[in-house]
Amino acid sequence: MSTAGFESPARPKLLWLLAELTYACPLQCPYCSNPVDYARTKGELSTEDWLAVLRQARALGATQLGFSGGEPLVRRDLEILIREARSLGFYTNLITSGLGMDESRLKAFREAGLDHIQISFQASRKDLNDYLAGTEAFTHKVEMARAVKKHGYPMVLCFVTHRDNIDQIEAMLRLANDLNADYVELATTQYYGWAFHNRDRLLPSREQLERAEAIAHAYQESMKGRMKIFYVVPDYYENRPKACMNGWGAVFLCIAPDGTALPCHAARQLPGLEFPNVRDHGIEWIWNESSAFNCYRGFEWMREPCRSCPERFKDFGGCRCQAYMLTGDAANADPVCDLSPHHDRVLAAIGRAAHRDEKPVVFRNTKNSRLLGLAK
Amino acid sequence: MSAHFADDCIPQIAPLFRLQWEEAQQAYVILYPEGMVKLNKTAGEILTRCDGKTRLSAIIDDLERQFSGAKIGDEIRHFMETAHEHGWVRITGAA
Repeated sequence: MSTAGFESPARPKLLWLLAELTYACPLQCPYCSNPVDYARTKGELSTEDWLAVLRQARALGATQLGFSGGEPLVRRDLEILIREARSLGFYTNLITSGLGMDESRLKAFREAGLDHIQISFQASRKDLNDYLAGTEAFTHKVEMARAVKKHGYPMVLCFVTHRDNIDQIEAMLRLANDLNADYVELATTQYYGWAFHNRDRLLPSREQLERAEAIAHAYQESMKGRMKIFYVVPDYYENRPKACMNGWGAVFLCIAPDGTALPCHAARQLPGLEFPNVRDHGIEWIWNESSAFNCYRGFEWMREPCRSCPERFKDFGGCRCQAYMLTGDAANADPVCDLSPHHDRVLAAIGRAAHRDEKPVVFRNTKNSRLLGLAK
Repeated sequence: MSAHFADDCIPQIAPLFRLQWEEAQQAYVILYPEGMVKLNKTAGEILTRCDGKTRLSAIIDDLERQFSGAKIGDEIRHFMETAHEHGWVRITGAA
């Protein structure tokens, strides 16, 4: 309720809707951001459910829409969703592994109004790519990347980097250039979901990162005007946290395959929060009124050192999920920050990874998900 | 490397970008893969006229009329250079 003369602070405006259409995926990447116990999730939203989500989110002002997963191409109704999204005025992004794509679908999506396709690569060469993906994927990805450009889409190629592939960053950039990518994302693995489980095995060394960064910056210069290169800095090696999601409930809304509404892909693991489902509530209520979306909004929830920190307006205290995973409490400062009393936990993780213990990575698949679900 | 915009060039929105009016923001925005730039009023008015048919000189005339005869030609040319640097517009029909 507002009283004359007093206005409640402006509500944050929803801009980004991420539609995780399914957890099904033909790939088994060990750094997947999906929850490790995804196999427990039952009951995907129907086509009608998704259409309602799209309409409501757009009415609230969301502009960017990502179709993601799992592998969104698994959904046979993707073309219907694209068509509706485009006619509502969304800028539609398809975030895919390329598996499940063929030329006739590319053409149909184009006609339905799909704006952009992002294809992920696991590495720059077939043997390593297919090892990390857990399946034959590289050759088809290359073919599909060529087809994406042939059909006139803007194309982003995304390479998720970690200890086993980051030394080949130059070959990744050359591959992206050969495939005429418009944008390349060199995304250092973020340690959530499966990546967190495999962190000691995936975290690169500081030397590896410095080498990769120098190469990325040199290519950024030499490719100027032809191919845009985004280099995502790994936060474990930083002294200040990332402005995760631009703040909790600030611009971003993720809808999980079962309809759970989340302020980020990883938030589901946070205890004590009840995340609303689009089957029970409208997007407007979820965004504006639900306790889950208001819980870490703004600055009131903060403790020291964030509460009085001048940088809180810039980084919003970092990532709530990382704070929870590393300190046990989501309201603590993100321990990436060297002002956090828990910063030593990030340093300890770096130390553990430096031992290069060669225990095998756990691949993201349903069998492993069931196993990890049992341990929870 | 800044482009020089001859007044007889014909600018248009580059194919990787989309310009649209956003009711919720009461502004024109430029959309591209996973990103968006909100435009101020003048920038929005300029870019909506970059339709691949209209010469820059005509765009300037039109906007100066709309802004009650204010001499904003240089401001428009300057913005076009910025827009070109960002890759939002491409030029055809330059002499």
